[in-house]
Amino acid sequence: MTSVTEEKDREVATTAEPTARRVFTFNDYMMFGAILLFGILGPILFPNYTFQIAVLWLMVLFAQTWDVMGGQMGYNSLGNIFFFGAGMYICAVTQIGLFTDVGAYTSPSDPGTFNFTPDQYYIGVAVGLVFAAIGSALLAAVLGWIVFGLRGPYFAIGTLGIALAAGELIGAWEWVGAGSGFPIPVYPGSGDGKSLFYYALCFGAAIATFLFLKWLYSTRFGLAINAIRDDEEKAEAMGIHTMRHKTAAWMISAFFLGISGGLFGNMTGFIEPLEVAFPVATFGIFMVAMALLGGKGTIWGPVLGAILFHILKEATWIYFLGWQWVALGVIIIINIVFFQQGIVGWLQERYPHWFGIEVEARSPGAKEAAE
Amino acid sequence: MLDNLNLLVIAPFLNVQLLLDGLFIGAIFALAAYGLALVWGVMNVKNLCQGEFVIMGGYFAWYIGDMGIHPMFAMPVAIVGMFAFGWATYKIMIARVVEKDMFTSLLATFGLAIVIQQGLNLAFGPEVQVADSGFPTRSFDLLGGSITVAEIKFYSFLICCFLATAVVAFMKLSRMGQAIRATAQDVRAAKVMGIDTEQVFAFTYALNAAICAAAGVLISMIWVIQPFYGITHSIRSFVIVTAAGFGNLAGVIMAALGLGVAEQYGGFVFGAEMQQVTVVGMLLLVLIWRQVQMSRYRQAVQ
Repeated sequence: MTSVTEEKDREVATTAEPTARRVFTFNDYMMFGAILLFGILGPILFPNYTFQIAVLWLMVLFAQTWDVMGGQMGYNSLGNIFFFGAGMYICAVTQIGLFTDVGAYTSPSDPGTFNFTPDQYYIGVAVGLVFAAIGSALLAAVLGWIVFGLRGPYFAIGTLGIALAAGELIGAWEWVGAGSGFPIPVYPGSGDGKSLFYYALCFGAAIATFLFLKWLYSTRFGLAINAIRDDEEKAEAMGIHTMRHKTAAWMISAFFLGISGGLFGNMTGFIEPLEVAFPVATFGIFMVAMALLGGKGTIWGPVLGAILFHILKEATWIYFLGWQWVALGVIIIINIVFFQQGIVGWLQERYPHWFGIEVEARSPGAKEAAE
Repeated sequence: MLDNLNLLVIAPFLNVQLLLDGLFIGAIFALAAYGLALVWGVMNVKNLCQGEFVIMGGYFAWYIGDMGIHPMFAMPVAIVGMFAFGWATYKIMIARVVEKDMFTSLLATFGLAIVIQQGLNLAFGPEVQVADSGFPTRSFDLLGGSITVAEIKFYSFLICCFLATAVVAFMKLSRMGQAIRATAQDVRAAKVMGIDTEQVFAFTYALNAAICAAAGVLISMIWVIQPFYGITHSIRSFVIVTAAGFGNLAGVIMAALGLGVAEQYGGFVFGAEMQQVTVVGMLLLVLIWRQVQMSRYRQAVQ
């Protein structure tokens, strides 16, 4: 894909392949309908699995936000989980800090027993989620300034370093409970009510992310980040402000990840830095594996990948109990080594017309250039 | 934090203590980092399970020590065992990612790291282990304080020097070493010259695993091992190789010793729980420093 610099060029591209540029195709409506149906019927049909399905939607969100960077822009981050943890802590601290002293509440030696009224709770969650999203996006802007000069594997290692460092630093910060963590305000209502409440929020967040990204990829911004993926130097030469685009893309990822972090923290009810907030070796690697399993750089790939991966994960828990982590690691390796283009990527290669891609007979020169 | 800094000034012997500990541990970091530089330089694979190989080597020593044999005897067993493991890993997995883009190898080895961590956790449990070498700890007076040095640290330093010399001699003198260096320079040209590069890659990866295992045996005796401590060792190797560049042995050794000392100081000044942060912080610093260096050559639209 070439970078498009002028509005005129874009119109030419639009007329050349009309189906590819439309925001929604017929297949998209079918898939989206199926997901909406499952999302709404899921907790009604399987009330015992509400928590699990809510986590599934968060997984879908993870894979999509990772794909903004990894798939569409070619910047493979191993530390996107940082924004999940950051969002979780910002949300929790806001929820508590609005009504009482955070230091006293989180102190492990003298656990502050502060009872939140229902109004306080809901206001806290709402404001906390907004702060989490904006705070994470701002952190992304600051960190982007530091790490975006890094390319390829250095970027991956650098972001991995950030996520690892964040876990350790939070673990040494007394004000937010240090390594022992602290409990989140309790939901004022029944357990079922809580799971449904957060289920709705998780589902909404995943759908909002999907719609936003779907729209984003159809705009000029989507083309620009694709151009950065294909050749950053050329994109720059064409007049794309690469640094600004990269930072904006990372901020978008961080925005939604921050929300997901705030939600997950409230769902588990207890947050702590290493296992819950910054789980680099679990969620952090899962989001990459899910996007790759589905097919990176496609809109439906991360969604399908996340759903399939979550089901595989639950299956390994049931059938390989005790060995589940080993089995999961093996699945990740097999996925990366043998099946890298992912499900949607493979389908796209096999049946391009399903995706509205018209394959032209390539001249030998064009084929060489593509390689 | 300032108290600790102050302490370093009033009691200079503490500096000597930290420096010595840092150098002893840094020598071992140099081994693992050299292995990474080898794999990175020859086959362009960023091996993110470097630290897991180290920890696996450590468990060889711990297991043999547990059976009542001196853990030092685990060295040859660990080297041979991990050489075979590295070879098998290459044949099954790495051979398929060498040709692909760099992120694939990074992610695939990260996946392997998770499998090894969890496998070790299942096999040996999550406890922190030490292989007891049974050597006494000596102390001597210097600069108005007593400095303690465990004898095993000194021996391990000697072994490190010996192993490093052996590897360098192997690379310089043997036929295989020559082939590895040729492949590192240009894979295609090496192929044209009749070198079986596939064999060279497999050997390099296996050699890396063996070097890491040797480092792990020493780590288990002078420090601690635990199934999940591998990632820090991987990060250390990356810090060292990124700072020194591959194919620069002197640089790797200097960077490793420097990192060892910096880590000891970081642990002392900021508190022991911040030692890992020091390592990761060093990584970020090195990356940023590299970036500043590069930005002179890069003309971006700003």
